[in-house]
This record gives sequence, C-alpha cells and structure tokens, in this order.
Amino acid sequence: MFALVANQKVVIDWPCFWVVLGGSFLPRGVYTVLLFKMQFMLLFSRQGKLRLQKWYVPLSDKEKKKITRELVQTVLARKPKMCSFLEWRDLKIVYKRYASLYFCCAIEDQDNELITLEIIHRYVELLDKYFGSVCELDIIFNFEKAYFILDEFLLGGEAQETSKKNVLKAIEQADLLQEVWWFQIWPLSLLVFSRISPAKPRHEYFNVPVY
Amino acid sequence: MALKIVKGSIDRMFDKNLQDLVRGIRNHKEDEAKYISTCIDEIKQELKQDNIAVKANAVCKLTYLQMLGYDVSWAAFNIVEVMSSSKFTYKRIGYLAASQCFHENTDVIMLTTNQIRKDLSSPNQYDTGVALTGLSCFVTPDLARDLANDIMTLMSHTKPYIRKKAVLIMYKVFLKYPESLRPAFPRLKEKLEDPDPGVQSAAVNVICELARRNPKNYLSLAPLFFKLMTSSTNNWVLIKIIKLFGALTPLEPRLGKKLIEPLTNLIHSTSAMSLLYECVNTVIAGQYSCSVGHIKSHLLCVQKLRILIEDSDQNLKYLGLLAMSKILKTHPKSVQSHKDLILQCLDDKDESIRLRALDLLYGMVSKKNLMEIVKKLMIHVDKAEGTTYRDELLTKIIDICSQSNYQYITNFEWYISILVELTRLEGTRHGHLIASQMLDVAIRVKAIRVFAVAQMATLLDNAHLLTGNMQRNGICEVLYAAAWICGEFSEHLENPVQTLEAMLRPKVATLPGHIQAVYVQNAAKLFATILKNQEGNTDSTAAQETSQMMIDRLPLFVQSANLEVQERASCILQLVKYIQKLQQKDVEVAEEVSALFAGELNPVAPKAQKKVPVPEGLDLDAWINEPPSESESEDEQPKAIFTKEEPKHSRPRHTEVDEKELARRREARKQEQANNPFYIKASPSSQKVYQEAPGVEHIPVVQIDLSVPLKVPGLPMSDQYVKLEEERRQKERAEKKKKEKKKRKEKRSGRGKKHDSGPESEEDITPAHVVDIVTEEMPEVGMHLSDDVAQEDQNHLPVRVKICICMFCLCRPLADSEKLPVRSHRAAGAPKSSAEDGEAENATPQEPKKKSSKEKRDKKKDKERDRKVRLRCWKHFPPSGHKSDSRSTQSEGRTVVTFLVFPLPRKVCDIQGNLQDGSQVVVSVIFENKSDSFLKSMEFNVLDSLNSKLQRPEGSGPHDGLTVPFQLPPGVSNEARFVFTVQSIVMPQKLKGTLTFIVKNEDSSTHEKLDFKLHFTCTSYLITTPCYSDAFAKLLESGDLKSSSVRLEGVNMPFHHLLARICFHHHFSVVERIDSCASMYSRSIQGHHVCLLVKTSGQTVSIDAKCDEPTLLGNVLDEIKQTFSQC
Repeated sequence: MFALVANQKVVIDWPCFWVVLGGSFLPRGVYTVLLFKMQFMLLFSRQGKLRLQKWYVPLSDKEKKKITRELVQTVLARKPKMCSFLEWRDLKIVYKRYASLYFCCAIEDQDNELITLEIIHRYVELLDKYFGSVCELDIIFNFEKAYFILDEFLLGGEAQETSKKNVLKAIEQADLLQEVWWFQIWPLSLLVFSRISPAKPRHEYFNVPVY
Repeated sequence: MALKIVKGSIDRMFDKNLQDLVRGIRNHKEDEAKYISTCIDEIKQELKQDNIAVKANAVCKLTYLQMLGYDVSWAAFNIVEVMSSSKFTYKRIGYLAASQCFHENTDVIMLTTNQIRKDLSSPNQYDTGVALTGLSCFVTPDLARDLANDIMTLMSHTKPYIRKKAVLIMYKVFLKYPESLRPAFPRLKEKLEDPDPGVQSAAVNVICELARRNPKNYLSLAPLFFKLMTSSTNNWVLIKIIKLFGALTPLEPRLGKKLIEPLTNLIHSTSAMSLLYECVNTVIAGQYSCSVGHIKSHLLCVQKLRILIEDSDQNLKYLGLLAMSKILKTHPKSVQSHKDLILQCLDDKDESIRLRALDLLYGMVSKKNLMEIVKKLMIHVDKAEGTTYRDELLTKIIDICSQSNYQYITNFEWYISILVELTRLEGTRHGHLIASQMLDVAIRVKAIRVFAVAQMATLLDNAHLLTGNMQRNGICEVLYAAAWICGEFSEHLENPVQTLEAMLRPKVATLPGHIQAVYVQNAAKLFATILKNQEGNTDSTAAQETSQMMIDRLPLFVQSANLEVQERASCILQLVKYIQKLQQKDVEVAEEVSALFAGELNPVAPKAQKKVPVPEGLDLDAWINEPPSESESEDEQPKAIFTKEEPKHSRPRHTEVDEKELARRREARKQEQANNPFYIKASPSSQKVYQEAPGVEHIPVVQIDLSVPLKVPGLPMSDQYVKLEEERRQKERAEKKKKEKKKRKEKRSGRGKKHDSGPESEEDITPAHVVDIVTEEMPEVGMHLSDDVAQEDQNHLPVRVKICICMFCLCRPLADSEKLPVRSHRAAGAPKSSAEDGEAENATPQEPKKKSSKEKRDKKKDKERDRKVRLRCWKHFPPSGHKSDSRSTQSEGRTVVTFLVFPLPRKVCDIQGNLQDGSQVVVSVIFENKSDSFLKSMEFNVLDSLNSKLQRPEGSGPHDGLTVPFQLPPGVSNEARFVFTVQSIVMPQKLKGTLTFIVKNEDSSTHEKLDFKLHFTCTSYLITTPCYSDAFAKLLESGDLKSSSVRLEGVNMPFHHLLARICFHHHFSVVERIDSCASMYSRSIQGHHVCLLVKTSGQTVSIDAKCDEPTLLGNVLDEIKQTFSQC
C-alpha cells in the first residue's frame, strides 16, 4: 500500500507554506493550504490583560502584538449572549469566557469550531483539577504551570492527549522531579477572585470515552 | 563550596521571584513601565551570576515580561544556558522560555542542537518530553534536518508518552524539512495501529494534516482509514478521519459513495455535536454525485441542521446557519423550505446569528416570497437598536430587491414605497444607496414614473422631517434623487407649483451643496413645466406669479457658498427675469423654456453597444488612438486623424440586425444553459414577458389605486401593495388557469413533448412592470453574460497574454458560440470520457470519423499531438482570423490550448537608458479554464534561453517552475504575471514552456501537461511613445540612424486603417500625417528610436524606416510585413 506513496515524489510546496505563515492577510481561497489545527491560543482578562499566549504559527513579535490587540478588542466588545464564534481576517476565532477570563483560539477555515470549544473546556478542566478550583490569580502567579499543562495537552496545535487523567499524571510526575522552589510557596495575594471552575456546559459538544 | 551555596541561597532570598514581580507590577499600576525597567535591570544583574537557580529565576521572570510585550531577545543566550542545566526544574523553565521567545531568526538556536539531542536521548522520559514540547515551538529547518533522525527513533520509544509526542512533532519536522517525510512515513503508518490510543490518534492527526495538504499521495491509505472509521469510538480520531475523507473524496468519487453509509450512521447515532457537525459538513461539501443515497443523506443533513438551528444554544444555531448557507449554494430549494426558521433567527439576540440569517435570506427570495420577506425585514428595521445592524438590514433589503436586475420584483410601486419607508431611518449611512435605487427604478421602469413622482413630491414636501438634524445628513441624499425625479418627470406631477415651492424653501439652503445644486436645476425644470401648463389658460397672472416666486426665492441660492449652486442659481435667475419681462409683454415663452429641458433620457443596457452590428469597412480592432502606454484611460488624446470615424461608433442603433444569426445564437445559448446544471432556469413564461415586450405601452400595468393614501409619510404603505399584489396575482392565476385549461384541451395529444410541466412554479408570477433595461436591442440580456464577458476579454484586453485551456472539448470556442454546432445531447450526470469523445465528434465537422472509438494508447498519442499549443501574438490577428483559428483548434481534439501572447514591458516611462529596467519584460498570462473540471496546482515553467530568462524566486533552480498562485474552477479565468529578463531585444524569440496542472474531475484526478511557446516579437519590446514633429525631425537629421525600407503590395485598406493597424499592432504613434503619407515613431524598452515614413499609392505601401539598431529595425519591419500579409 505504501508503494504508491513511495514512488511518487512527496511534494510539500514551500512557497505556499511561507505565504500561509504571513498568512492571514491574503485573500481567502488563494492558498487553501491547511497548516495547523490551532493557530494560537490567548488567555486574557476582562480588562484586556493578556494572561497567557501560545503561538503555533511562527510570527514576528510585532505581528503577534498587533493580532493580540485587535482580537482582545474584538472579543471584549461582544455581548455576553453572543455565540462563541467569529470570523476574523481569514481565521475563525473561537472563544469562551470563564468567570473573568477569556479563552480564545484561532483556527483555520475548515476546522471544527465545536471541537475547539471542547479543547478550551478541556483545558479549563485540567487547570481546575490541577490547581483545585482554579481562579485567575492561580494562572497569573503560576503562569509557567499553566503553560506546562497546556503543553502537555496540546502539541503544535494538536490535541496530543484526549484523556484528562493521563495529562494530569504526566504533569504530577514531572512536578515530582522538580525540586521544591522554596521561594515559590510564599502566600498568594489575599484578594478574592471568583473561581473559574467550569460548570458543566449546557451542551456536550463532545463525549469521549475515558480510557 | 558549601559556603558558596549557602551564600547563594541567602542571595536568592533577597531576589525577587516571579510572584514578587507579578505583585510588584500590580502594585505599580501608574508607573508600570518604570517599575519594569528597574526589574529588567535587576534581572540583567541576576543573569550575570553563576548560580543556575538565580538564572532560572531570572529567565522565568523574563518569560512573564515577554508575555506582557517586552522585548527579551537579548537574553536568548541565557535561556540556552538554563535549557542546558542538568536539573529538570531549570531545564523545564529554560525550554518554556525558549518556546515562548525563540523564533526562526533567533541565532542562538544553532547552539541548542546538541543539547536538544542529548535531552531527546535522556533516560528520563520527562526530559525528553520537555525537549520535544519545546522543539515543537521553535523548530527551524536546520534543527529539523539535524534532529529528524533522533525524533524518528523516538517514534518507536517504549513509552507511549514519548511516542505520541514524537509522532506529533514529526508533522512540524515534515513541514520544515520535507525530505524527512519519505523515510519516516512507514513508521508513521505503523503508528496508526499502535496499541496506545493516544499514539494512534496522534498518528491519525499527522497523516490527516499531511493528507489535507496533498491528498493524492494518501489515497492508498483510504481502506485503512475506512477500517479505522468504522471501528474507532474515539471522537477526536473520527473527526480527523472524516476530515481526511473530505479531502480524499474529490480525488476518488467512489469513496464518496462508500462513505455515505457510515456517515449517515454516524449522523444518526452520535450524540457528540462536534462529530455530527463534521459529518454534516463533509456530506454537504461532497455532494457532486447525484446518487439516490446522496440525496437521502443530504436531506438528513438539512433535517439535522434544522435541529441545530432550533436549538437554544447560540453556538449550534450559528453553526447550523453557517452550514445552511453552504447548502444554499448547491441546493437552494431544500433550504427554502426552512424559510420560517431562518426568519425566526432574525429575532435572535445575537447579532452574528442575525447577520448569518440575513445572508441566507439573500439566496432564498423568489418572486413569490419577496414581499413577505422584505416585510419581515422592515419590521426588524423598525425594531433594530444599534445603527450598524440596521444599516446592514437596509443594505440587505436593497440587495435582495435589486438582485439580478430586479428579477424578483413584481410590483414596483411596492418597491418605491419600501424605499420611501426606508428614508425614515434616522442616522443611516446609506442615504445614497436608497437615492440611487430611486433614480434607477424611476428611470428604468417607465410605468412607475407617475407613482414615483407623486411619492417624491411627498418626500420633498416633508423634507424637513429628514433634514431636521444635519447630523443625520446621510439620509438627505435621498432628496437628491427626489428633486431630480420630480424635475425630470415633472409632467406627471399633480401639483407642480406646490412642489416648486417645496424645492425653494429657505430651509433647503442648509442641505449639502450638491443637493442644493440639483434642487436649483430641477426647480428650473419644474418652472418650465408649470409655464407650459399655465400658458394654455387665459389668465396669465398665475404664470407671472410663478415667475415672481422664482425671482423672490432664487437669490437665496445665488448667495450660496457652494460654487455649483451659485452658478446655476444666478444663471437661472437671469433666465427667469428675462422670461418675466417677456411675460409682461404677453409673449408666449413656454415652448422655448421647455425646449431647454427637452428630450428624454433613455436607459441603455451596459452592453447595448455589442448589439450594434459593425458597419462595413469599420475595423473595430484598429486603434483609434495609439494603444495606452500603461494604464492610462483609453479616452485620452483623441488623434485628429481618426475623428472621421467616430460618428459611426456612436450611432445608437443599427437596423440590420441579422435575425437569423440572433436566433441561432439564442438557441445555442439555451441549449447550453439547459445542459448546465448550475444555470438556474427561468420558466419560459416569465422569460417571454421580458423578451417579447415590444415597448412599455404594451405592458399590462396594474391600475394604480390612487385612493391609497400616498400623502401620509408616517404611514407604512408597502403593506397595501402587498395586498394589491396578492389580488393581482390571484387574478392572473385565475386567468392562467383558464388559459391552461384551454391549452390542455387543445393539445392533449402532444403532451409530455418538451414541456417542463412541473407544479405551478413561483417564476410563473408575471411582473407588473418591466425593467426597462431590457430593451429591444438587448433581448437576451442576462442570459448572454458569459458570451459577452468572453468577448469583452478579447476586445478589451489586447495587451494581455491569453491562455485558454480547453479541456476535453466540452467547452465552447473562445467567443463565438454561434459558430459551433450545438451540442444537443449531453448527459446530465457525470459524463464519461468516451461520451465526450463522441461529442467532440459531433462538434467537429471537419474530421468526422477520425477518432470515433479509441483505445487508451491512441488517446495518449492524440493527446500529445493535440496538446500542441497555439501561441500567437495577439496583435497579429485580426478578429476574423483569430476566430477561425480558435475554431480549428477546437476541432482538433481533446486538450487544446490557445495562447495569445503579448509581453508587456514594465515601466514604460522611466526605462530610458536604464538597462536594469529596460531588460525586464512582464508577461501577463490569463489562464482560462474552459473545461468542466477543476484545475489546480498549476506550475508554469519556461525553458530559459541565453537571452531571455524567467525570473524565479531566490533559491530556486534554473529549471524550477513557478507555481501559479491560484486554482481554476471550471469556467473561471485569472491572470498571473511572470517577469522575464531579456538581454538583447533586437531579435524576436520563442521560448518553450510547459504548464503542468492537476485536473480534478468528478471521478478522477490526473496530472496534465501543456506545452506552449511564448513568442517575444520585436514589436513587443516597443513602447508607444508620443513624439513631436520637431523632435522627430531633429532625430532624423542627427544621422545616427540606419535606414531600411520595405514595400507592401496589395494592401487594400484605407490609409487611416493601415496607420491604425501599425499603431495598434506595433506600438507606433503617428507623428504627422499629410494626405497619403505619415511619419510614425516608437521607442524600444532599451531606448532605441524607431522612425517610420509610410507612403501609399494605390495598393502599394512603402515604408521607409530608420533606427539606431539595424537588426531590430529589420525584425520590426518583417513583423509589420507579416501583419499585413495576414489580412
């Protein structure tokens, strides 16, 4: 079966690839190359403060800043009752608000919005399990942990592990290896923040058998 | 040593850690930047220390700062240091920082290669994991190349944790280093059957992503994936696989049929919305085959979408509408049945959902439901808060009503009243849109004018309502239209004096200038009408009173700050004063005054000129002026010599329309449309109304019930028209039924012959008015479009290369469909290639029996022969010649390409002496897909000669092709430009080239190749450059030029045609012309002067030429000679 693949030259055309990276500014439909499932993920607060960013496409810092600014504005301007999807440049933006935090992902035109929503939800669940009823401050003060969890869950924009249990296990074991940073255990701020623990979504967009 | 460590720990106590930093930033809200800059200074100090813990702490803080938007690229090396720490704690921090801060251009990445390799092979799986994760963020081509092998080994690691990461990161590696794909692929495929579901799903992910980029190579995996799809219960994996099949089915249609069943099952059974949505999307996207199963599954999709839209969840609603709009494109009927639901969505709280629903409505209207839909929309307009959404509604209403030439409007009175209602919107930006619609309708629909004028008069009367606040001036644009309509069609006004008064109110002076100007001008028109009306009366005082009113009111406008208003007002004021004088002497002036505004504007179809047959002896392809040098507009600098010709051009109508020819064309077109599955057919009855209406007089116009209160602007009136319309339709229906009964009785026997006897379709509703653009000259407007466009391309784009790819002979010849015999029997479903061949036969009377039945081998041979490319310089071909040419290519067989080439030099003006620019030639190529298949992955390649080279992007080899940056659906054309570097321009050249592309058919996808030649003639290097006669004389006197001459015999054309031909085809400009002698000039892109002296006597034309480059001159003359030998 593989013979067919082996005999033909496998073409991954570079020019197209590069264009897509500069990506979102070209007219839609000219380059229909699909790259990553997710282009980037942003976490920001209701005040528009960025809490976490993960880019799965290489962009210049300037570009990233511009995109972040634009998106944060657009998403914050939306009313609470609106649906979680919007079209922005030639990407689809999927966002969801949990308490004071917005989780915002950019996906390609042909990607599935619902599954992206599910990924966001999954991530929040993971954070919740890890921090135990997570709140915005947990993410601010342990932002590296939030990254570690995200990296354990998504890799290169793809969901690498569909089982929550496995993700948490991996993180916990990695944490065991880490010597205690004694200077990290200083008490957190006493400010009371609303917990962003995810309520069960009204819709199960998704159901995954637990392994 | 121990002391040192203790000291380090104590140091650390006083260092800020990340929490301190975060807290500090929060506490310094007002001088954040300052605080952070001190922090950065501290971090710099910390980074200088040896203690790795301190460094890691610093790097961790930097990562946080980077997120806040501060530049930390200066610390890249320190990040690498922390990455290479042996302790996992620090390594983790280091890799995190690297993945956040590094990008392709970070130079220290090179230093990390060995470290990463070491970590990858670390016995600790978390070291490996952290390295893999980091790598996924900052992998560069170099890293990919160096580490591909290590990662590949990791794909068969014992721990599934590593395996799945390695598999996923392989995708990134493939992207950066494509050569690694082939060696790694077998292993990747193995992973599809990995015992660990995580690894399996990772492998599916990667292969699916790869396959979406280049589906063809993965077709062989289809059975494996099919098995996975039917067996897997993991929704993540299923979604990916379904996506993959979505990419594969276009290549392998049999797959589509096979997929229907499992997809339908999934749709039925799954409870996961994401999976359901994916399945539905795939089914929608894949519906090119019309099998029964497909129609069923399609119906199922629509049902499911309805459930989604009905759901209370906004997200599902939105997605349902999104998917619906995809269905709408292919199966509008099935969406139309859900109109109620979509109208409901207009009430949704969410604006994005409402906008989606609006988009859907646009495609759903028909004659039957237009009024109803618009009525609903109008209600929403009233309710809408937020101007953006309301404006969106407004534009949508107008879009919906005016789409395809007011196709769906059956009652224009209703439409006008809708427009008038829309004017009551406050603060809209779209006043001009409404205004232009009013003008358009009033001008084009003659029957509506009486009504329109009455409405506009009311509008003018109530103008204060609109302009109460100048801030909302968007809407006052409407007054522009109102004033113009009232003025222009003032004979229909019931009470012109009142309107005149309304137009001259002092308040008008607050309107924008351009509107005032129209007011003033149309006041004059009104005045003329009033005079005319009143002069019949015995009492002349009324007329004089009107004049007096004009004289009283106009000075207001004379004082206007707007020049236009002032000028018109003072002009008209003087006129009125003069008229008044005459009136006082009892002189009849009305006739003369109204003569000022006599004549009626007639709408002319945009393509009406096409319908005028070209008079004998007029060569439309000859340039009237010399061709535009670059992008200047054509109507500049008309040359005196050719002015004689112009009246012929502008002759409005020619009576000798070849009726037979027209009928034949029409027939051919109908045939084609009948065969075209995408053409939405109008039922014959409505077509007739449009086509056969000989004039406005014969149109059955509804009696306007003037008892309908027109004058109350606050009352929505359109509803009444809806009612009226209903009645009218009922009446019509009744009549029709009667007729039909008769008909049925008459021809019972001849039933089922050719009649499309469906249920009474919505198109049967006859419109009350005819949009006047459909005049006698243009009986088939609209149906004609494709032809015209093709023609236009040819007529107006001479400065382009034209590559028309005619695949499989299913296409028309370039422009003249009338010349080909009509294809009378084409299978509606997927045509088989053998059938095509047969049809090609029918279409080729010249070689009727040559290829009746073919083996594959024969086909190949033929293909090769037929794929010969015609390449011509466009300008050498008079249109008639070209037509026959394209026809002959057509008759030859399957894959025929007609290239018409004309290289277009770049930078016309500033090439002088600049070899850099003077050596560049831009070739614009129009790719036109004339086949029924989808063409993609086109690569354009030219075999470079020593002299001319195709410019390729840096880094590509001299034989690499250029990717054409678009794909071509059937019937679409697009243009690409290619830059060539030319060394010497004195000789003409031919470059051989090939175009490779993938033909995506319904049942297959094949690689195709077309050879062509690009002909760079010497003339193509010439640029039309105007030259004054004195400069020309100086040039000739200078003596630098070598001369040569040529004699043309038997040229049988008027001298100015001859000149025009040289100008057009060879880019000369006429310097001077005296009787039968003319001097011409042109210049090459490298600055060579070319001068011609053309003389004619009888049928002999002699051309004496001078140029500073004799070779170039010789070639140009040869080319000129060739041009004339061909005509």
